Amino acid sequence: MKTNTLKGVLLATTLLGATAATAQQAELTIESWRNDDLAIWQDKIIPAFEAEHPDIKVKFTPSAPAEYNAVLNSKLDAGSAGDIITCRPFDASLALYEAGHLADLSGMEGMSNFSDVAKSGWSTDDGGATYCVPMASVIHGFIYNKDAFEEVGVAVPQTEEEFFAVLEAFKQDGNYIPMAMGTNDQWEAATMGYNNIGPNYWKGEEGRNALIAGNQKLTDEGWVAPYRQLAKWGDYMGDGYEAQTYPDSQNIFTLGRAAIYPAGSWEISGFNAQADFEMGAFNPPVQSAGDTCYISDHTDIGIGMNAATDSSEAAKTFLNWVASSEFSTIFANALPGFFPLSNAAVELEDPLAQEFISWRDTCESSIRSTYQILSRGTPNLENETWNASVAVIKGDESPEDAGKRLQDGLASWYAPQQ
Amino acid sequence: MAAPSKQKTRWHIAVFLAPAVLVYTAVMIYPLFNTLRLSLYSEIDQERIWVGLQNFRTLFGDAIWSDQFWNALANNGWFFLIHMLVQNPIGIALAAILSSPRLRFSAFYRSAIFIPTILSFVIVGFAWKLILSPIWGIAPGMLDAIGLKFLYQPWLGKEEYALTTLSLVSVWQYVGIPMMLIYAALLSIPDEILEAGECDGITGMAAFWKIKLPLILPSIGIISVLTFVANFNAFDLIYAAQGALAGPDFSTDILGTFMYRTFFGFQLQLGDPHMGSAIASAMFGIILIGVCIYLFGIQRRLRNYQF
Repeated sequence: MKTNTLKGVLLATTLLGATAATAQQAELTIESWRNDDLAIWQDKIIPAFEAEHPDIKVKFTPSAPAEYNAVLNSKLDAGSAGDIITCRPFDASLALYEAGHLADLSGMEGMSNFSDVAKSGWSTDDGGATYCVPMASVIHGFIYNKDAFEEVGVAVPQTEEEFFAVLEAFKQDGNYIPMAMGTNDQWEAATMGYNNIGPNYWKGEEGRNALIAGNQKLTDEGWVAPYRQLAKWGDYMGDGYEAQTYPDSQNIFTLGRAAIYPAGSWEISGFNAQADFEMGAFNPPVQSAGDTCYISDHTDIGIGMNAATDSSEAAKTFLNWVASSEFSTIFANALPGFFPLSNAAVELEDPLAQEFISWRDTCESSIRSTYQILSRGTPNLENETWNASVAVIKGDESPEDAGKRLQDGLASWYAPQQ
Repeated sequence: MAAPSKQKTRWHIAVFLAPAVLVYTAVMIYPLFNTLRLSLYSEIDQERIWVGLQNFRTLFGDAIWSDQFWNALANNGWFFLIHMLVQNPIGIALAAILSSPRLRFSAFYRSAIFIPTILSFVIVGFAWKLILSPIWGIAPGMLDAIGLKFLYQPWLGKEEYALTTLSLVSVWQYVGIPMMLIYAALLSIPDEILEAGECDGITGMAAFWKIKLPLILPSIGIISVLTFVANFNAFDLIYAAQGALAGPDFSTDILGTFMYRTFFGFQLQLGDPHMGSAIASAMFGIILIGVCIYLFGIQRRLRNYQF
């Protein structure tokens, strides 16, 4: 009772405040966790929007990434959240939609610019309703040191076999750590390891959807094969990789001590600033020459509308603009490595970012296998995948055992797999 | 003689107690009981419902939860054992050396040993991670310099060493606390007793074992209990050094990190305040039992010497 009254009072005060503002001009407040991007929003994105829509004022009010979910939830419950909400992908936002905090945007015209894969991060399980406009994705692949490749005289690998031949060449040469990755923080092994190379083996969306539908199991060849690859990586990682952290790996690579870095495209801006050698990128190598390649083009940031907003018209105008190619171009060039998800063609200036995004034309896109639906229960499949990927790289667990353990865990709570 | 007057209500007692009681209730007692209450609920379809002891049945009965719980408890036990076997004896030895009147610069040593205790665990965790790092750390280089490079291992990344390494880092940080408490206890032993012992021919090491040690036993008991409570509530150092998943392969997972992961969620795992509260309640129970064993089993048997 008490909290309800309090909520009511809070709601009433925000309503009063908001109506006073709308009398002249609509003002939109954006909730976000991307406080790194504050300058880009204030200097580039918002002025571009306000120039086109002088009657709408936009304010970008980010909070710290680690606190964002908690802060947003309490603001929404208290009725004091902004009109525009930046959406985390999958379950965190789905929970907000189900609680009635995010408005259904399926009917908005801008939505037609996005593919189903792009929308999957912010749609209900059946795909019936989409509640956030897909804003950016990150692509996985490998970044390499071009100077090191020239020095040792190896070419960019296309297939699995060539990939290990390159690693072996660097190991024999001895001047470079073949691959900069550690297992201390665990997530790199799963995100930049398993989910980076995996789509080539489970055939991207085909395998991912089959797993969700229960037609494939994590013990199937397509899901165990990536672990077999990871098991061979340990030999090519630096001394003491077991205690090497994520920032360690980044520094080893940008200091020019390593040849290959299993990467996500979000590294691009940081690496451009740090590294003083030329970098290139290649997509995860396929099993044999001529195979279709698959990449992890993971939906990462979306943007939606607070269902309780008073300026829903202005908010929709803004969201439609976010769905346009104009926004995509500004955003993608300001933040190389975060790629727009819309189907509209976007010109990128950064060569490394161009390389990453070019794979969308040659390869099939998919998202990380564990993110949609499959990480809802206990044990949590994403956390288990981190653990299994590390165990396989270190040789503590065989690829088959890892697959079986994950399958048993998933089957213990996920009905289609039982 | 005046007739015995009726006892007045002594309001000042209540008034003077009130601030402390209010603050303590607001920040300790209320959250504690609310956590215990929360552990008896669960959230189903956005609604909080009463489930009785179901959360505890899941925690102890369901292998997915109980394996993690027992693993965390065992790690906690090991963490505590290392502190008892390494931190407290070293603390007592340091105090005994410091209290020797012949030691020069004892104030300097005392401060130097105590300083890590006041450092933030984030600094300690980060600094030791760097010291032990296989890439930038000074540990491999130092071992190399004395020809013992083969002893070097990426300790924090190996399942068999990680927890022991972190326990020793924690010992390094907190060894100043038992040292200070024992030091104070040693100083409070009257010289007359030691002199009386000397007359009977008890000097040097014998004086420590036969006179000082029995006299500081109550302080050692208190330190053991403080160590127990601090170790079973530990969270910060592990979280700062290894993250919430307490790698490698949960080998450094203790009850604190397990509770944190469950309560607040981690990465794609959404937070579950009710299961988290159940773990917190179990932690509370474990600590309560431990403290009770000490209070009723040990402290009552300790003799108090009156000087």
